[in-house]
Amino acid sequence: MWVVLLTDFFLFLLLAGIGLYSVLAYRSEHLRAAWRSVIMRRMGAVSVVVLGFFMGIAILDSVHFHPRLEQPTERATHSNEILSVFDVLVGPMRTQVERTYSAPFAWRSHNKEAMEVEGQVVRGYPRLEYGGAHLQDPERERAGDIAVRVLSGAAQGALVWSALVLLVGGLRRRRAPPPDVAPLPWRWIAATVLALLALIGVAAELVGAYHIFGTDKVGEDVLYQTLKSIRTGVLIGTLTTLIMLPFAIALGTMAGYFRGWVDDVIQYLYTTLNSIPGVLLIAAAILSLHVYMSAHAEDYASLAERADLRLLFLCMILGLTSWTGLCRLLRGEVLKLREQDYIQAAVAFGVPGMRILWRHVLPNVMHIVLITVVLDFSGLVLAEAVLSYVDIGVDPSMNSWGNMINSARLEMSREPVVWWSLAASFVFMFVLVLFANLLADAVRDAFDPRVQ
Amino acid sequence: MSFNLRLCMLTAVIFIAGCDGVWNNPYGLSEGSEDMVYYSTFSERPQFLDPARSYSTTAYQFIQQIYEPPLGYHYLKRPFALRSLSAERMPTVRLLDAQGRELPPDTPPNQVRYSEYIIDIQPNILYQPHPALARREDGGLRYHNLTEADLAAINTLSDFEHTGTRELIAEDFVNEIKRMADPRRHCPVTGILGEYIVGFTEFRERIKAQQDEWSFDLRPYSISGVQVESRYRYRIRLHGVYPQFIFWLAMPFFAPVPWEADVFYAQDGMSQRNLNLHWHPIGTGPYMLTENNPNLRMVLERNPNFRGETYPSDGDPGDREAGFLRDAGRTLPFLDRAIYSLEKESIPRWTKFLQGYYDMSGIGSDSFDQAIQYSGTGEAGVTDEMRERGIDLSTAIALTVYYMGFNMIDPVVGGTSERSRLLRQAISIAVDYEEYIAIFNNGRGIPAQGPIPPQIFGAHLGEANLNPHVYRWREGRAERRGIEEARELLRQAGYHKGIDQETGKPLTLYYEAVGAGPDAKASLNWLRKQFAKLDIQLVIRATDYNRFRAKMREGAGQIFQWGWHADYPDPENFLFLLYGPNAQVDNDGPNSTNYRNPEYDALFSQMKNIPNGPKRQRIIDQMMEILRHDAPWAWGYHPVDYVLSHDWMINNKLSTISYNTLKYHRIDVDRRAQKRAEWNAPVVWPLWLALIVLIALIATALIGFMRRERERAR
Amino acid sequence: MTAYIIRRALYAIPILIGVNLLTFALFFVVNSPEEVARLHLGDKQVTQEQVEAWKYERGYHLPLMYNGEAEGAEQFTETIFYTKSVRLFAFDFGNSDSGRNIGHDIRQRMWPSLALAVPSLLLGLLLNTTLALMLAFFRGSYLDVGGVVLCVALMSVSALFYIIGGQYLVGKLLQMVPISGYDTGFEALKFLVLPILISVVYGIGSGTRWYRTLFLEEISKDYVRTARAKGLSEQWVLFRHVLRNALIPILTGVVVLLPLLFMGSLITESFFAIPGLGSYTIDAIQRQDFSIVRAMVFLGTVLYILGLLLTDISYTLADPRVRLN
Repeated sequence: MWVVLLTDFFLFLLLAGIGLYSVLAYRSEHLRAAWRSVIMRRMGAVSVVVLGFFMGIAILDSVHFHPRLEQPTERATHSNEILSVFDVLVGPMRTQVERTYSAPFAWRSHNKEAMEVEGQVVRGYPRLEYGGAHLQDPERERAGDIAVRVLSGAAQGALVWSALVLLVGGLRRRRAPPPDVAPLPWRWIAATVLALLALIGVAAELVGAYHIFGTDKVGEDVLYQTLKSIRTGVLIGTLTTLIMLPFAIALGTMAGYFRGWVDDVIQYLYTTLNSIPGVLLIAAAILSLHVYMSAHAEDYASLAERADLRLLFLCMILGLTSWTGLCRLLRGEVLKLREQDYIQAAVAFGVPGMRILWRHVLPNVMHIVLITVVLDFSGLVLAEAVLSYVDIGVDPSMNSWGNMINSARLEMSREPVVWWSLAASFVFMFVLVLFANLLADAVRDAFDPRVQ
Repeated sequence: MSFNLRLCMLTAVIFIAGCDGVWNNPYGLSEGSEDMVYYSTFSERPQFLDPARSYSTTAYQFIQQIYEPPLGYHYLKRPFALRSLSAERMPTVRLLDAQGRELPPDTPPNQVRYSEYIIDIQPNILYQPHPALARREDGGLRYHNLTEADLAAINTLSDFEHTGTRELIAEDFVNEIKRMADPRRHCPVTGILGEYIVGFTEFRERIKAQQDEWSFDLRPYSISGVQVESRYRYRIRLHGVYPQFIFWLAMPFFAPVPWEADVFYAQDGMSQRNLNLHWHPIGTGPYMLTENNPNLRMVLERNPNFRGETYPSDGDPGDREAGFLRDAGRTLPFLDRAIYSLEKESIPRWTKFLQGYYDMSGIGSDSFDQAIQYSGTGEAGVTDEMRERGIDLSTAIALTVYYMGFNMIDPVVGGTSERSRLLRQAISIAVDYEEYIAIFNNGRGIPAQGPIPPQIFGAHLGEANLNPHVYRWREGRAERRGIEEARELLRQAGYHKGIDQETGKPLTLYYEAVGAGPDAKASLNWLRKQFAKLDIQLVIRATDYNRFRAKMREGAGQIFQWGWHADYPDPENFLFLLYGPNAQVDNDGPNSTNYRNPEYDALFSQMKNIPNGPKRQRIIDQMMEILRHDAPWAWGYHPVDYVLSHDWMINNKLSTISYNTLKYHRIDVDRRAQKRAEWNAPVVWPLWLALIVLIALIATALIGFMRRERERAR
Repeated sequence: MTAYIIRRALYAIPILIGVNLLTFALFFVVNSPEEVARLHLGDKQVTQEQVEAWKYERGYHLPLMYNGEAEGAEQFTETIFYTKSVRLFAFDFGNSDSGRNIGHDIRQRMWPSLALAVPSLLLGLLLNTTLALMLAFFRGSYLDVGGVVLCVALMSVSALFYIIGGQYLVGKLLQMVPISGYDTGFEALKFLVLPILISVVYGIGSGTRWYRTLFLEEISKDYVRTARAKGLSEQWVLFRHVLRNALIPILTGVVVLLPLLFMGSLITESFFAIPGLGSYTIDAIQRQDFSIVRAMVFLGTVLYILGLLLTDISYTLADPRVRLN
């Protein structure tokens, strides 16, 4: 039984928007050239591939459903639990839960526990229930076992890759590129895809037998958590802009175009909002969400829905605090555009203002919007972590890098140190933000007329 | 990075010059080493230090060093024994009839109209030096008619040039009781005091009626049931019999406050400077608060006028061997000063403890494995690493219970129906508190068999204490009943495999979660797993504490966890958590589950008024059986306090009920200084490495620069 | 000029009123004064009577926006909004919900915040311009490319990692500085070294990259080409012309930050237990102390507006061609 959470809905809306934009961009020569120049840069191409990978996980993780009960009764056939397609795909990572901490690739617990050995209770490190459970003599066999699995996983990844290369190569040969256009950096793209596929292959081989990034305090797989966090990060980075865009575009262009009292009101609005420290605004709004939720507790059947609403609300608030920058940029640009001949001509012909805005002004400021959206993405992902530290981020039950860092903070004082939660969130967050930044650079170089 | 490193080097040089090879000492160089100073922490700034108002552990760790109520607990004896503190002796209790005639002590409680406590205080006790008591040469109070001009140069209390003192008199104790009745003081326990102290409520109503006209000097007004008899004697008259009142006399609520302080602080301009009794107490205890900067640190200093109490010379068996009686008979206090630093994060607190900058420390669950190991028999001890550092462990069962409550007015989990009772029992078995304690408390707790923790009268030892509905006794220890039994109970309740047989829908329960700390997510996941064992879906509704309380008052919650820390070591203080008339919903009382069982309530009224003995034990046993059968709580656990201390700390026996233990502590200052120097030698090689890297970087840059120049020149 | 400043200052008033209205609405929709009172009255049993008394003492017993029981102008003045906001405009912040005087606390906590923020800003500025100048000098070389990639990498790391990592490495493993805490006077230095170091390192990525772009923009301008064509050496051009001209946007970018330095850094301060205004705000948020939060919002807004004004003024000082109107 499929479930569409609110954020899922918005994510699909966003995807539809991206699809629409791609069609438009493909038709418009100017946009196509600009995007081509994004991808032509090696870093741009690699970033698109890597971000596409992250986006793919987020999308898979956004297709939710109620699983069927094992023993359905007449009236209830589905459990209340909400799973996503991603949860099903990663199978063992979600279900193989240990008792408590274990290190990456460990076969025994990280902590000493009381256990029975030959009828006597001693304190020692018990074997894990799943991690390395298939090994007879883990101390000797483990390294070899891991090596075999890594090699076979990488080989499988490479196999899939070769098939893919052949396929794409065949398609490309059939359609020869026009000679005057610079070739795309296919080698870089192929290398990135190979690396990703090999990683996926290795991970797929390993997850059933080991916890690649160890387990957390209650024995959940850390890799699973950090992969689930991708959806949260991506949603915060994209939905926030999606929500703020209509306001920022409408108000920004109107202020610049109509000037006069409209401009005054809009300027007052964003100066006022802009003057409030963002953290305080977010804190207040999150608290008010709590009120709303406790007043309407019966509306939320499951934890996932509640956490989801909180995430959406956080996006809205972040959007509210961040639209002012874009609004100001647009206003400035429109002020300049307004003096252009073709717009003055349209005004002289008596074309209604709204129509001029839609037909002539908007297309000419879209590059600013695009650059802002891409630039904001990484900042928003980083902001989530900081907000969760102050307890005003996403729901504590939700997987997110901020929540992971927040609990990992305390783990650093353990002896021996529990470093893997921090490391896992660091690696994934770093990769996502890094490539988002690189893409942002490429997009800015391609679209910003000042840079050109 | 060049500039950072240069800065590092620069400061490093300053440190080397300044602090004998130790760079990370968090205390100033100005600390005199000849004083005996105790270093500790506080994690949250105490909100109120006014004894009439404060009611929290954070505040008690300070004010119990400063204020002395008439009674206190013996430092070494367990179970806890009351003894006199500022009182001369234990109070005399008289039972009276309606006409005020004395009744024999064995009169049944229902025939007693009043009971009267007569308290004699010790003469010659002096207050700490304080500007509120400073007098001019002509004998008038120096700082009681201050103008704005006088206050111009005043920012903190220590800016007042003169201080004074005076002798403690019975009237000061009476003054404090009037202060508690004063609605402007927001005393949190007026409800219960008004119920017992004769005239308390009338006095309160009178003030409230004309709040704005009453001055803060309460001397002209009086509570009919609280009277000064002589300079050193006062008496408190109570309605009926309330044997637990004696414990109240050991709480800071009943500590003396001089009227001069109220008048002094009520002057205009004082509160704008944060000068009030909440921040600057005035007491007769062994210490006085000399620096109150809740953003940074609080400093307690020895009260030079302290009455000269001596270290106890008797204790529990074993105390002499443990070294707790080495200082028997010596004059208290030992420490010259106690510095409490604000430490909100657990990482820095623990690290500084290991570096020797804090003398004692609790153990966060994250550093537990580093500090504690269990022997084969399950006994806790410090790890070898700790032993090498000379760190000792002391443990004590806290007078606390953490429980999972079922809202008894909820249609699903509550009510008196057999169905809901079976559901509650099933959940009680399924929620495995042994595992909870092991995972989240590192084993620092014992699963509760009922509301009363061990060490309190009414709780048994061993098998007699067992809750037979959840546990069975096997091979000398309690063993939780298996999950199959819980499933069977659930089936009997009509929720076979988590499906409501009446509606056919899966059973979904709601849990009210509070807070969002780093551990919250893990423990919520754990909780969900416990319910999943019964195929019950648990929906977690997370709120903040504020909203949680509101929900509880409305009776809107379903399942929740809460805790209770005893005010005094008497079973009544735990059993009243389930007494019907104390229900949270109707009366805003402490009975959070709104449990109401007439039989239990009748037994409670009986139990309350009789002294500890076989008769009381019998009644308590009956009450416990009713509770265990009805299962309004899944009984949860009693935490065990683990405290680590360095070996230079002398005389620290853990007490879970009283906080006024600072005066007993002593410190071997030389040993501490030596250890600190030993443990904190900075690791310097990265600085040199950084310097080399820096030089290499500059060199490469220069070479590149010169090459370019040459190329350009060509 | 003076007229302009006065006009800008007057423009701030409606903004401040708007900010006040907004925060007020947010806070009092979220939590009724009743709930706040219960929160602040303590942990155990609280009676309705105590709640009323508490509200009365702090002026929360009044209606929120409109008082139907009063007469005339008092219908609007005898409200929580009016009594709590008018006092803010006179910078009288009143008492916090837990009873301490906010103005007194702010004056006390301002100094640690400045002691942390000012050196971080100056050191960061110095370091970042140096590095950026270096990258601009070697533009196009591997050093430049590597430097820019490094900058992007540094930018991609969350601030939390810098703090956790720094504290763990320098404080715990190397034992070079106290883990956390603060002291007054000269003693503060040893507590500040690590937080300042971390803030500076955290700023390197974005700062250097941004300044590098400014320098490159300047280098591509005609006058630089002319100067070079005249045969001036590269470092002479860089230092005398490029640096001087690029400093204008750099410095004006800094000026807008200056007043906000008072507000302190939220996370660094609370991690290192520095008793500044940043940790003050965090504490207030977590304790839901509305009076403090409202005071800080007001102060933050005032300082922000002040920063904008200073920026405008510094523009005119730096570049005489810009005229304010």
